[in-house]
Amino acid sequence: MSRTQHIIPSGLVFAVGCWVAWVSYTQQPADAFLFPRLISTAFVVLAGWTFVKALLGWSKIGTGIPRRMAINLAPGLIVSLIYVFWAAKTLGFYTATTIGFFILLSLYDPAPHDQAKSWIRRAIVTACFVAVMYSVFALLLKVYTPREILF
Amino acid sequence: MEFIYYFGNVFEPISLLLLIGGTIGGLILGATPGLSPTMAVALLIPFTFQLEAVQGLILLGAAYTSTVAGGAVSAILLKIPGAPANIATTLDGHAMAKKGEGAKALQLSFLASAVGGVFGVLLLIFLTPLLAKWALAFGPSHLFWLAILGVTIIGSLDSASVVKGLLSGCIGLWLATIGFDDIMGAQRFIFHPSLGGGINIIAALIGLFAIPQVLTMFAKGRQGDGIEVIEVQKHAIKDAVRELLSRKRAMAIGTAVGSVIGLIPGVGGQIAGLVAYDQTKKFSPERKKFGTGHPEGVIAAESANNAMVGPSLVPLLTLSIPGSPTAAVLLGGLLIHGIFPGTDLFDNHPDVAWTFINSMLIGQVLMCLFGLYIAGMAAKVAQVPQSVMAAVVLGLSVFGAYSVQSSMGDVYVMATLGVMMFFLERFGFSAAPLVLGLILGPIAEANFIQGSMIANATDGMAPYFLGGGLNILLIAIVVASIAYSVWMELRQHRITNTPQEETLV
Repeated sequence: MSRTQHIIPSGLVFAVGCWVAWVSYTQQPADAFLFPRLISTAFVVLAGWTFVKALLGWSKIGTGIPRRMAINLAPGLIVSLIYVFWAAKTLGFYTATTIGFFILLSLYDPAPHDQAKSWIRRAIVTACFVAVMYSVFALLLKVYTPREILF
Repeated sequence: MEFIYYFGNVFEPISLLLLIGGTIGGLILGATPGLSPTMAVALLIPFTFQLEAVQGLILLGAAYTSTVAGGAVSAILLKIPGAPANIATTLDGHAMAKKGEGAKALQLSFLASAVGGVFGVLLLIFLTPLLAKWALAFGPSHLFWLAILGVTIIGSLDSASVVKGLLSGCIGLWLATIGFDDIMGAQRFIFHPSLGGGINIIAALIGLFAIPQVLTMFAKGRQGDGIEVIEVQKHAIKDAVRELLSRKRAMAIGTAVGSVIGLIPGVGGQIAGLVAYDQTKKFSPERKKFGTGHPEGVIAAESANNAMVGPSLVPLLTLSIPGSPTAAVLLGGLLIHGIFPGTDLFDNHPDVAWTFINSMLIGQVLMCLFGLYIAGMAAKVAQVPQSVMAAVVLGLSVFGAYSVQSSMGDVYVMATLGVMMFFLERFGFSAAPLVLGLILGPIAEANFIQGSMIANATDGMAPYFLGGGLNILLIAIVVASIAYSVWMELRQHRITNTPQEETLV
């Protein structure tokens, strides 16, 4: 795994640690930040050590993100983020879940994509899942979810 | 013997129904590769909101117990451990299945799990009140150090890198401070409106344990089909019982090792199973047969990983310090019902505490009974493609996080933490210490502030927090756990580097 791959996450964690420490030591009332000051000190020291190790190329633990994994992951991650951060609220939970579930299933299902049978199976699995979610959350647990389009 | 008084509560219709449902569901979830017991329990928490505290805990306890045992099904029939706790079971269990002894291996695993599990819960029953009475002597400084101990011990023992483990713990402790300060009412680190009420523990637990699993399944691409389940031949249960009775040594070693390891915070079922397997092999006259399908390998591993379930809850129920990530999730389940474990749990809510513990005892027996009959069916469920599992878990996570307090903010927090954890895990960071930090942060802070007030009115901060026998003992354990992990890491580093140097020469 390249040194850069280790530098990026440890650098980000170190930056967050520095920000936490800066806020803890500068914000008022000081008494409210007594405990954050204590932990932010440890946070910065450990994050700094991790970052220096990454810079020097001493970080060896972890598999990193190999190219193949990134390619496999990207479509699922993008669909999931759109589903969670946009579609669930804008389209409504059940509509977004139906669309998101079907897209994810189609993207990652190893069954042939050129057979009608596989597509019918995916549609049935999606319908069953959304029906179960609706029964459990809407009917049984009475959780009111955003419903913008359809249901 | 107070627990006997509350035994009847377990047999109330709803409680019994939840216990049976949780056990069967847990067995199936446990048999599904990729769904860890911690994740299964975290995903179940939203379903307990409508239930009474004790009923919710019965469901979560049953799921915890049976997912650990259910993991043996895929370990034996698919050679894929359902959970890390079942790694040792794979060694001999799958070899037995390949020899046509799959049914016997499954029966032995469930019987051994039940014996180990019952012993572990009995230990929980008898140790908990003793420790709870002892814990009454704890002051704020001790509770502060205990919370720090909970984070550091898991951070150092449960992570591949000690520094990254401790750093994960620090991140968790910081996340716990987000929101409004309890005493002054000051805003802390609220950089997005979703964080106004702080980070909801349940949403965070779902995100930290479920989302990385979902992304890991995506990262594998289009695969998942083609897993071959070995057909289970019929085998008489009474023969399995006879076999188990003739292997008392493996049973005793597994149960003893699992119980002791369960009491140590941070050391999980994976270690229990592997240590028990190794010790049984050392003491067995048939040690050469281990790895080729020897029943003692299955018995030792399975009795150990279930024996650790009960003792792992001792520090949680007595000192509010979860000994494992799954115990941390159970703590989340207690907190949402307004119940705080620790010294007053047994004084103020004895019905909840004892009914929950009793249900775990009954749950072990039910797990064995159902396990023996539905193992074959559970193995079929394990064949569900990972694409379906990933989409199902993602959907459940979104609905589960939203249902905590009907807030989209919780869904955003869940997803953000989950995606962040997935990437951090790729670089050696660990979710367990982060979760412990998040859960123990408020306990540590409340006791730190309380202790500071006492210290300022008496001898000062240093004598109050660093003086006294118990404080020194707790600090010594914190330092020792870190030092031991650093030593182990350096040793591992040296072992890994040696062959490379030789090759270069």
